[in-house]
Amino acid sequence: MLTWRNGGLALGLVFLAAVLLVKPIGVSTQFVIFDGILWDAVNPSVVVESSEAKSGYASPNAYLNKSGGKYAKNVANPVNYSFVFVLAMIGGALLSGVLRGGVARAERAMPQIWRANFGDNPWKRYAAAFVAGFVVLYGARLAGGCTSGHMMSGMMQTAVSGYIFAAGAFLAGIPTAIYLYGKEA
Amino acid sequence: MTTIMLAIVIGAAFGFVLDRVGATNPDYIIGMLRLSRLHLMKTILLAIGVSSILMFGGLSLGLIDPGHLDVKTAYAGVFVGGILLGIGFAVAGYCPGTGLAAMATGRKDALFFILGGLLGAGAYMGTYGGVKATGMLDDILGGKTTLGQVAGTDYPALFAVNGTLIGIVMGIVLVAIAFALPSRLRGEGSKAASRGARHA
Repeated sequence: MLTWRNGGLALGLVFLAAVLLVKPIGVSTQFVIFDGILWDAVNPSVVVESSEAKSGYASPNAYLNKSGGKYAKNVANPVNYSFVFVLAMIGGALLSGVLRGGVARAERAMPQIWRANFGDNPWKRYAAAFVAGFVVLYGARLAGGCTSGHMMSGMMQTAVSGYIFAAGAFLAGIPTAIYLYGKEA
Repeated sequence: MTTIMLAIVIGAAFGFVLDRVGATNPDYIIGMLRLSRLHLMKTILLAIGVSSILMFGGLSLGLIDPGHLDVKTAYAGVFVGGILLGIGFAVAGYCPGTGLAAMATGRKDALFFILGGLLGAGAYMGTYGGVKATGMLDDILGGKTTLGQVAGTDYPALFAVNGTLIGIVMGIVLVAIAFALPSRLRGEGSKAASRGARHA
């Protein structure tokens, strides 16, 4: 574990490297791209080549088709910067986890603070995490970004949208956490 | 091919650091949101502040291409989406990036979070037309707006001030808040709690 000073500096340098070399970091769009890849595998008409679209690809789904079909294009060509970035992020976290000896067995199903407040039934935790994941990604796509793209990259660039997002996330997140987790782990 | 190599290097560094700062541990995220463990809050504020100072410094020295900036659009749905994300963030202790990273370190609840997330993103794809029809996605405050005018970009400015200067100032403010915040605001050991204990 890094101290907040070293960790903040390291994280800040990663954000800087991203915008210096390519573009600011973002994650949540790739959930849509991954869904699109699965959907297109089942139904190949979901993404089609189109000479009329700006990106060269179109979709009958309005969301994949928006902005000239840029999401449709990324579904058709997953070996692009943003998608590979997220795969590499998963790899980097895996490497870090392995090097520090992984997560303790008791922690793998749920964090301590969940156990202290809601008991140790793993399925209760899994169900809550599943529903929370649904709400988080629906919200992130509605907002057009998540903690990475809006809060970190957005506020780094003084984007007004980044401050609006951060305000919404913390105004809701802080009371929810205080209400749900009465006991400290 | 170069951009793919960069994606691998920067992405891996991001995932590695997210794990090392404790962001893959929901105890830290939930502790931050219930204000009893501000380690991650201080880390994130310092990270945004440092990167902001260096990015705007690099822009003004011509070391960073202004074309690399990517400012997202402001609309009412950004706030509503932020609220939804905040609720789920508090329940699970994961956000999209840290959820994926946590899953990679072997956390099983994170896997369920990600499966729910894929379904949630799919639900948004399915309901996008209806959401758009509400007008919630229409630009507000000029759309892709930054606080000040950033030289070399077409982004509209909220205030008639130098965007580079305000970027560096905001960065310094975030760094100052990171240093000023205590390690906790609630619970045992916080100043508020120890004051309470003295009065008791």
